[in-house]
Amino acid sequence: MYSEKVMDHFNNPRNVGELENANGVGTVGNAKCGDIMRMYFDIDEDGIIRDVKFKTFGCGAAVATSSMATELVKGKTIQEALEVTNKAVMEALDGLPPVKVHCSLLAEEAIHAALWDYAQRNNVVIEGLQKPVSDIAEKAPEEDY
Amino acid sequence: MDRVIYLDNAATTRVSEPVLEEMLPFFRQTYGNPSAIYTFAGEAKKAVDRARAQAAELIGAKTEEIYFTAGGSESDNWAIKATAEAYAAKGKHIITSKIEHHAVLHTCEYLEKQGYEVTYLDVDGDGKISLEKLQSAIRPDTILISVMAANNEIGTLEPLAQIGKLAHENGVLFHTDAVQAYGHIPIDVDDMNIDMLSASGHKLNGPKGAGILYIRRGVKIRSYIHGGAQERSRRAGTLNVPGIVGFGKAAQLAGETMEERSRRETELREHLIERVLAEIPHTRLNGHRTDRLPNNASFCFRFIEGESMLILLDRLGICASSGSACTSGALDPSHVLLAIGLPHEIAHGSLRLTLSEETTMQDIDFVVDELKRIIERLRAMSPLYEDFMKKGKNNG
Repeated sequence: MYSEKVMDHFNNPRNVGELENANGVGTVGNAKCGDIMRMYFDIDEDGIIRDVKFKTFGCGAAVATSSMATELVKGKTIQEALEVTNKAVMEALDGLPPVKVHCSLLAEEAIHAALWDYAQRNNVVIEGLQKPVSDIAEKAPEEDY
Repeated sequence: MDRVIYLDNAATTRVSEPVLEEMLPFFRQTYGNPSAIYTFAGEAKKAVDRARAQAAELIGAKTEEIYFTAGGSESDNWAIKATAEAYAAKGKHIITSKIEHHAVLHTCEYLEKQGYEVTYLDVDGDGKISLEKLQSAIRPDTILISVMAANNEIGTLEPLAQIGKLAHENGVLFHTDAVQAYGHIPIDVDDMNIDMLSASGHKLNGPKGAGILYIRRGVKIRSYIHGGAQERSRRAGTLNVPGIVGFGKAAQLAGETMEERSRRETELREHLIERVLAEIPHTRLNGHRTDRLPNNASFCFRFIEGESMLILLDRLGICASSGSACTSGALDPSHVLLAIGLPHEIAHGSLRLTLSEETTMQDIDFVVDELKRIIERLRAMSPLYEDFMKKGKNNG
């Protein structure tokens, strides 16, 4: 059901992990629907995304779209990153099954969320960037087993 | 792929050698239509009669109370829709549970649109219905109780005998979807007051496309498929002779091997459950700890999602299933996992492993070893796990 590229990015995800010195972190999605993506950006003074990492809770497509999205923004300027759409992510992965298109939307949103966080922290305005929808469940389940 | 470890026997099973042997002659040699009068068709007719007796014996039914269908979904549809129609004059109320297979649930939803009323019983955390709640749900216009024998996802067994007793005392028909239970646990339609029972051949090493509906003599339900006099005019259509013969043989073998097979599967299942719970943190077992199908183990692993697990298991040749939303194409995770009270985010991380008589201890150990790695890997990339760990550290 998945393209070879999706399987490749799921099996060997690029840029997976956490960035200690991130200056922009965005988390989107919610656990209830089964997808959460978090992106960590390290953006330098020139506005170039020097490094990027991600963590994702979700299906094969969610992991693959996160991985591909990080590839597409790494080394790019903020403006270039803003132009990475869900369509671009999908195309780069040779397509997604129709029920998984929302994963690519989430990946686009995760980029925006990380940029938004960067803008907030550094008191800058990024032209064309809207406050991303963040519906991540605020409260994690308390009980453990 | 070098080797396949098939642990999805609740989805379907492999046709056993003796079943296949029994079926083969009915494709090319004795292929006559059992409804025909000539001698050539006689063998097919005899074989169908034999299969009917085999299917009946497994549940203590009379031969003529077994009707062959195309499988479990058809049997469920027939039992519920035809009962609703035949008993509409008495009432239009049906009782079922929230954890039934969709063949039952969607049929009930269809009937609701036709003016019937359906009570969907809650289940407890183990997936068992409450007999008190069932008792209080019965009304003068209740015509049918349909509760499954064993749940397909979490393996929990429902109290059939007590449900049957309640139904009988209240003059309500009792149907059970026994697709997962038939041939796996002992069932006696008389002892348990079962009026109708659905079963499917491919869940007990028989062929796909062959099922039964047991209908107790005296239950007034009519034809569901019209067009011929087959199956005492209650189910038209040329008999699927190879399928029926395979069903009968599978039922016979299932009866003969049940005790030993259950003992062995239970032993392997216990080993699997014990190892997983002991060695993988933040894991829960779904379904009743002991009162479950011998071959079913169902887990939820926190902070990860089921489909990812399935893909990584598949790379190793391990076939399993999950109740996560992503595996079904739906937005919500399995209705069964939600009905036992699991929050969405935990239900998304479910994994069902269902064994067969071919499963070995080596298979189980291999799967647990690999599962540990897979879950560790997925948790390492899970933002939920990251938050959980950080929170734990901050709290001391």
